[in-house]
Amino acid sequence: MTTPHASDSSGQVPSTPGDDLVVTGVSKRFGGVPALIDVSVSIVAGSIHALIGENGAGKSTLGKIIAGVIVPDEGSIALGAHPLHLRSPRDAMTHGIVTIAQELAIVPNLTVAENVFLGAEVATAGLVRRRDSRRRFRELTERVGFDLRPDAVARSLSLADQQKVEILRALSRNASFVVMDEPSAALSSTETETLHEIIRSLARRGTAVVLISHYLSEVLALADTITTLRDGRHVRTVDASDATEESLIEGMLGRSLSTAFPPKQLAAPDAPIALEVEHLSAPRIEDCSFVLRHGEILGIAGLVGAGRSELARAIFRDARASSGTVRLAGRELTGHSPRRSIRRGLAFIPESRKEMGLLMNRSVRENISLSRLDLVSRAGWVARASERRQVARFMEKSTVKAASMTMPATMLSGGNQQKLLFARTIMCAPGVLIADEPTRGVDIGSKRAIYDLLVEMAHDGMAIIVISSELEEVLGLAHRILVMRHGRVTTELTGDDMTEEAVLAAAFAEPSVG
Amino acid sequence: MSDTITERPDPVEHETGETRSLRVRGRLGRSWRTAGILIPFLILFAVLSIASSAFLHTTNLINILDQQASTLCIAAAGTLVLVGGGIDLSVGSTYAFAGVTAGEIGQHHSIYVAIGAALIVGLVVGLANGVIVSVFKISPLITTLAMSYVIQGVALKVSSGNLILTGTIPGFTAFATAQFLSVPSAVWMTLVFVIILALLLSRTTFGRYVVAAGGNAEAARLAGVRVGGIKITTFVLSGLAAALGGVIDASRLGSVIASSGGSTLAFTVLAGIVVGGTSIAGGEGSGWRTAIGVLFIALIGNGFDLLGVDPNWQQIVLGIILLVAVGLDMWTRRARR
Repeated sequence: MTTPHASDSSGQVPSTPGDDLVVTGVSKRFGGVPALIDVSVSIVAGSIHALIGENGAGKSTLGKIIAGVIVPDEGSIALGAHPLHLRSPRDAMTHGIVTIAQELAIVPNLTVAENVFLGAEVATAGLVRRRDSRRRFRELTERVGFDLRPDAVARSLSLADQQKVEILRALSRNASFVVMDEPSAALSSTETETLHEIIRSLARRGTAVVLISHYLSEVLALADTITTLRDGRHVRTVDASDATEESLIEGMLGRSLSTAFPPKQLAAPDAPIALEVEHLSAPRIEDCSFVLRHGEILGIAGLVGAGRSELARAIFRDARASSGTVRLAGRELTGHSPRRSIRRGLAFIPESRKEMGLLMNRSVRENISLSRLDLVSRAGWVARASERRQVARFMEKSTVKAASMTMPATMLSGGNQQKLLFARTIMCAPGVLIADEPTRGVDIGSKRAIYDLLVEMAHDGMAIIVISSELEEVLGLAHRILVMRHGRVTTELTGDDMTEEAVLAAAFAEPSVG
Repeated sequence: MSDTITERPDPVEHETGETRSLRVRGRLGRSWRTAGILIPFLILFAVLSIASSAFLHTTNLINILDQQASTLCIAAAGTLVLVGGGIDLSVGSTYAFAGVTAGEIGQHHSIYVAIGAALIVGLVVGLANGVIVSVFKISPLITTLAMSYVIQGVALKVSSGNLILTGTIPGFTAFATAQFLSVPSAVWMTLVFVIILALLLSRTTFGRYVVAAGGNAEAARLAGVRVGGIKITTFVLSGLAAALGGVIDASRLGSVIASSGGSTLAFTVLAGIVVGGTSIAGGEGSGWRTAIGVLFIALIGNGFDLLGVDPNWQQIVLGIILLVAVGLDMWTRRARR
């Protein structure tokens, strides 16, 4: 795909690093609540500077202040000796500071080239000069070594390619500082590799990258300097070479996290069978079969696009299966409505909690009780006292932390939002749970809480399928791992065979032609 | 009044700085929505009471309610449609068609048959809207806009565009004008209907499902909500309400014509709902506040009449109020993100 090295005649004319970006004593409050308190940090031109911290630590806020998206209440930003007064992202752009947001900002119906030059079209008297913009696009892609068709419609691109469009847009504005907020969160591992190469090559060319990331391995591999934030305060800024994953976690949490995963409690080999999938075929999955026992945690690994989520949805009867059977506790699961599956004791936590999981504007209470309102109502009338009692119980079980159960879900941290879905699931008391990316975009503390929860639920007899793009997660939780490739279950790993190498080898194995 | 204020927060775990801050923001964000239109309504009410001696008379107030009866009913059901993520522009035509149906059938049959037939007309139109939207996945805006033309056409065809006198049908006028405790039955019916629909939205599982379907249909579906059925039901209720409104007005006014209602009524209803703070984006809203919203607009009209202000100003003021209401809605949404 991309050959980031090819165009990099290393050392030759690295654009002269300009001034450093100096942030001094910035504070920001939202509705009287401090999000950032007296933070000072200096970003060396041409370096990769990572900002880390738990959700709510203020790293995104700091990134947005640097990018002009948010105006700080106090403190100043300066480029070298020149103070900057950034009022908007456009302001920041004129000073060479560009942001690539967590949610990509591309226009899906426009072409790649149109997106790249959006707002800065090559035009005469309002008419876009297509040939010129084509030429500029080519120069740009050659400079970074991207392989993108300028006329491809943006919506048809993969997430990684869309991100490249954003990066090109940043570069087309001659950015000297690029702020990237969780750039790899939605990428597969190969795409992430590519992104890392891009970030490195940006730095080599003198563009500083402010990298906001949850992934400590990514931060350690890429960054020159790492700044840790906690509760809106600056904890420390260190050279990446002096940091370890442990020291970073310690800095983020203010304590050390003893072990990332709770100990595995294997299910009895003769435990009753909870779920049987036989020769299941559905859109993008083919002939998948496996058996899952009560108390077992089954990990499903594979590259993005290997059909993991599709398999989950086919089992849940959300996607229509073309052939094959799904049996829950020995009885075939028929029909094709999530409602029926839930009633039969099969729960599903979808991969994207905002789009597919939660009612973001509704209260914690409503979100939790949604699937089992029948338990807290009589003849269609919601018994609110009973609902409150039940919801409180399930909030406690799933360790949801919210000031009140009337608070809208959108006000909670990512970790607590995810726990809301677990609370809803526990309320359904399913025999089988399929959790698709259960810890995506969740801070480290909540991750551990979710792992504990999964292990506890399995210990209580639930059969659980964990789908995850994070290999450690699958390895750390699962009693058994299925690896998927091209819509098929290709490999099953158990016991000591469950290693990172084995999973990767199976996931990347040459597809058998046929 | 709204479930968000009567309920005491249940603190879970210890309160961290973060959660406390979020709670404060949450409260600020919702305060407009919960109190919302009630405050401007009370202010307007007080101002009119002082400015016009005629305003605070029981006769005037009951008059306002009587005139707004049909709009209130239709808007109460329209709130459910909007909260459920839909919109119903066909209510004006359904209103007219139901009135015409009652008038035509009433000429030859008993008023029970006439009224029953009119309500069935509303139900069928609503069902058609709901099925087209939910099953054939055509946008509710287009569906109900198209439906409004069809229904209007049918109503004109059935009545040949003539004015139908309903005042001559024995017992028909009494349907909406019979007095009980010196309040006309139209007002009583509206009161009951609005209360039922408001409670349906705020206190029942059906209401929760409507909110879920409108707030995030995909999430609701995956959580086990029958999104399609829920949406169809909201449209059926809307059709029924439009028919009830049509019958009430046919009875009150003594005559009915197919060209009444139409888009004007659909938009008046929509304005009332939106001024009441229900989000056009779906997923949030309240029947109580819709009632206040409709009455707020009615008070403006009534006040302008009583104070002898040029009626053209009413439209201008109404337009501005709508923009302010929607603007505030957007603003609180953004503040909450």
